[in-house]
Amino acid sequence: MPALWRSTFVLVMVLLAISRPSLASQPTGNGTEHTITTLPIVIWKWEGIKFPYLVALWILVSWLCKLVFQLNPGLTRVIPESGLLICIGWVLGGIIYGADKVQTFRLQPFTFFFYLLPQIVLDAGYSMPNKLFFGNLGAILVYAVIGTCWNAATLGLALWGCWLGGAMGNIDTGLLQLLLFGSLIAAVDPVAVIAVFEEVHVNEVLYILVFGESLLNDGVTVVLFNVFDAFVSLGGGQIDAVEIIKGIISFFVVAVGGSLVGVVFALLISLLTRCTKNIQIIEPGFIFVLGYLSYLTAEMLSLSAILSCTFCGVCCQKYINANMDERSVSTVRYTMKVFANGSETIIFVFLGISAIDPSLWVWNTAFILLTLLFIFVFRFIGVFLLTWILNQYRLVPLDFIDQLVMGYGGLRGAVAYGLVLLLDENKFKEKTLMVSTTLIVVYFTVMLQGITMKPLVTWLKVKRAAVTERTLAEKIQNRTFDHMLVAIEDISGQIGDNYMRDKWNNFEERWLYWLLMTPIARKSCDPIFNIFHNLNIKDATSYVNEGERRGSLAFVRNESKADVDFNKKFGDDLSEMRPYIMTENMGPDHVPVSSILRDSVPSVCLDMHEQDLKMRESEDFDAHHLLQQHLYKGRKQHRHKYSRKQLEVNEDEHEVQEIFQRTMRSRLESFKSAKMGVAPPKISKHLKKDQPQKMPNGKSTDNSKSHTYGDEDFEFSEGDSASGCEAAGGSFPMRAYRGAGIVNPAFMAEMDTMDPMPPMQQIPSWLAEAEVDSSTVVPSQRAQLRLPWTPSNLRRLAPLRLSTHSNDSFVLADSPATQEGISELPPPPPPKDGQDQGTHK
Amino acid sequence: MGSRASSLLREEEIEEIKKETGFSHSQITRLYSRFTSLDKGENGTLGREDFQRIPELAINPLGDRIINAFFPEGEDQVNFRGFMRTLAHFRPIEDNEKNKDPTASEPLNSRINKLLFAFQLYDLDRDDKISRDELLQVLRMMVLRMMVGVNISDEQLGSIADRTIQEADQNGDNSISFNEFIKVLEKVDVEQKMSIRFLH
Repeated sequence: MPALWRSTFVLVMVLLAISRPSLASQPTGNGTEHTITTLPIVIWKWEGIKFPYLVALWILVSWLCKLVFQLNPGLTRVIPESGLLICIGWVLGGIIYGADKVQTFRLQPFTFFFYLLPQIVLDAGYSMPNKLFFGNLGAILVYAVIGTCWNAATLGLALWGCWLGGAMGNIDTGLLQLLLFGSLIAAVDPVAVIAVFEEVHVNEVLYILVFGESLLNDGVTVVLFNVFDAFVSLGGGQIDAVEIIKGIISFFVVAVGGSLVGVVFALLISLLTRCTKNIQIIEPGFIFVLGYLSYLTAEMLSLSAILSCTFCGVCCQKYINANMDERSVSTVRYTMKVFANGSETIIFVFLGISAIDPSLWVWNTAFILLTLLFIFVFRFIGVFLLTWILNQYRLVPLDFIDQLVMGYGGLRGAVAYGLVLLLDENKFKEKTLMVSTTLIVVYFTVMLQGITMKPLVTWLKVKRAAVTERTLAEKIQNRTFDHMLVAIEDISGQIGDNYMRDKWNNFEERWLYWLLMTPIARKSCDPIFNIFHNLNIKDATSYVNEGERRGSLAFVRNESKADVDFNKKFGDDLSEMRPYIMTENMGPDHVPVSSILRDSVPSVCLDMHEQDLKMRESEDFDAHHLLQQHLYKGRKQHRHKYSRKQLEVNEDEHEVQEIFQRTMRSRLESFKSAKMGVAPPKISKHLKKDQPQKMPNGKSTDNSKSHTYGDEDFEFSEGDSASGCEAAGGSFPMRAYRGAGIVNPAFMAEMDTMDPMPPMQQIPSWLAEAEVDSSTVVPSQRAQLRLPWTPSNLRRLAPLRLSTHSNDSFVLADSPATQEGISELPPPPPPKDGQDQGTHK
Repeated sequence: MGSRASSLLREEEIEEIKKETGFSHSQITRLYSRFTSLDKGENGTLGREDFQRIPELAINPLGDRIINAFFPEGEDQVNFRGFMRTLAHFRPIEDNEKNKDPTASEPLNSRINKLLFAFQLYDLDRDDKISRDELLQVLRMMVLRMMVGVNISDEQLGSIADRTIQEADQNGDNSISFNEFIKVLEKVDVEQKMSIRFLH
């Protein structure tokens, strides 16, 4: 609590600071216009900067309010944040009013609809759980369209009845005006609903129904509002059947048209992100600009802007998430949240501030109370009625408690307030009454229903959201369930949801993926594979964390040097790499794997000549390199370069690498343990290692760079290294690392500029070289560095640094079953096209 | 057609099926007419080829497995009772069934039976274990048609299978027993995910 007061005090000070200059600025402003007699050192330029300054200050103030509440978790547990923000809005409004004697700041409809609402809608669409949304689309549409019309119509009619009955005293209104009022206040507000429902974790079906409904019915309510507004302008006398039919047609055209505009923009965004690879830094910007444009375009065409923006977000999310770089995706996600949450906060604060204005308030007890009552009652009736109809067709019927929560979750919010401010005072004599009623309704629903929602959910024992950790098995099983259901529907000869979904999936896979996704993204959009990938990353992270705790993660850095380039190509090659490592049964040590790594990344070994030459240089190169390797690392970690075009990423820490390292290591471990004692298949070729240029068939590598050639070479290198390891015993990891280390820092620069060459050819020479080196040059230094990572050490570490799952993998790796599975694969890689080497083996 | 079908189906037979499977009268008659329309040989039983004639099933990656599930072990014909018994696994669990007296035998659409059905799709050799190979086979079936031009290599599938088994395997036998299968799907809403709404 003290924190709250302290922060409130700060806010008050900020506010005074805002209002003070506005009074004081007058003389200063005039002063600058006078001819100056002497050069002023600094001048007070309030007038010029006033508008943006106030905007920025208000944003700051609103966000500070939010911060204040987050410092008091006890408070937000009882009262939802939205309610608190409205309260603080009242306080701020009171202060402003006290200072200025007039309400200077109000939420203007234009600001609301064009600057505050779009990002909320876009965010809601973008982060919509797609499958759930489309799975329940029917129900959502029924609630959003029919439910909203029902709410609007019943409220308008009921109020009209009461007005005719004289319950409201003498107010100047009519059926159409009341229907208009009904339509603007009919919609459940996404801002308010999300704010409350996100805090109460109800089950996902209930959540998506309330959320989807609130999002879509905003669009519906705006359309309804426009139709009735036009009716009111026409006047009661001119409305005949034709006009009503036109109204209905317009309703559907506006709603469907708006959605279509959104879909078109979603397609545009998806297509655009296919080719933004080179301008990653503004990639996320496209999403926002196009999303906003979808809103504005629909508005321009007088279609439903909210629906457009929603569908834009819903439809594009899948494709842009797949197309864009991982970093861009998280940028979009976070920026979206910043915007949406920020403007949500501003909206609530201003809903509070706007209320402190006596010119706004006209009190009519009957009208206000009746409105509240009708809204509440008809919402429940509507929900029960529609759910009853829907339950006839639903696989999983909504139970009574869910319906209660849905009905009770009918919070009204800023959209209603924005719309009511749009009313034309000349046509609506009772505009102020409607505005104040709307505000009361908003306050009542947000505060009272918001506060009681959580206890109600607990008390009714509403099914909460299950916290599931997605495992591979679950994912696979879900997939089989889908197929099963389709099959059963086919067998029982009915066309159901599953049938439709299957058809759509086929269509999507066949055409949309092809059209909207980059080829790379297409690969990774397999859900099972994704889960697999994510789980691996998670393991890698925990593995690194564990390693760090034990203070011995040097190997990751050292080795990651070797994989920097690999990292670059990660997108393409990840999938090929993993199996590669797994099937690698040639070498129980690190050498073959690092060579394989290089294989799959053509850019690493570009010009064997040059590299060879350099490799062949003496120890002084080696020492230099050693030095460079270590210095480089340090520098890289502390390098902060400012660039507007590029984001420096410390590649060492890229998770992509971690996962790779981890997989590789665990695989190696398993092979090592599985293969210990088994003679390396190619030990006989050991002799050739010293002459990498000479091929078994007698050709010389120097000139001929045929692919097959390289392959054979490669094989030998494997044999070499394997046998070398046997010979070297415990020290082999060093060699491996050092070999890995040599390539990269030295050649990174050249690699990018050169044409990709068959990667194979490179390996033997330098591997052999590395081996030679290790026996002659600087072994001691290296040895010292790598010592902690002798195989036994690795093994000992293994269970500790991995999660339970991965733990199993080690156990399994040792078990004969795995070994069998692996050894089914042919030990030596069949000679193939050099380029393909990386992918097939 | 429905009327003809129901006339062929004796009333007491319907009652028995109703009791066994929980389908409603109208569902049974509807499915019977479906059954007879599938039954090209008109001998009151369906063979594998009758199922395979359903065009959509042919492109279903698990189609063959599901067809197999209709046939009791060693038989290649299924009568209407058996047909309904298999379909009954996919009947949603209704509210009034949830708290039925525990003495009654497990209904076909109970969670455990649904899971058993799913389990047996994998377990080809019926040894009550999903081995790595069996899992791999199913994975391969599901992946093949997945995306045009996108292939997940066998090795990747293999590692996915490995990992899946690791997740589920508790006793270290490198395969998934039925109990482990239940355990790993503990959090999945099987009741819902393995149910379809049968038309009346």
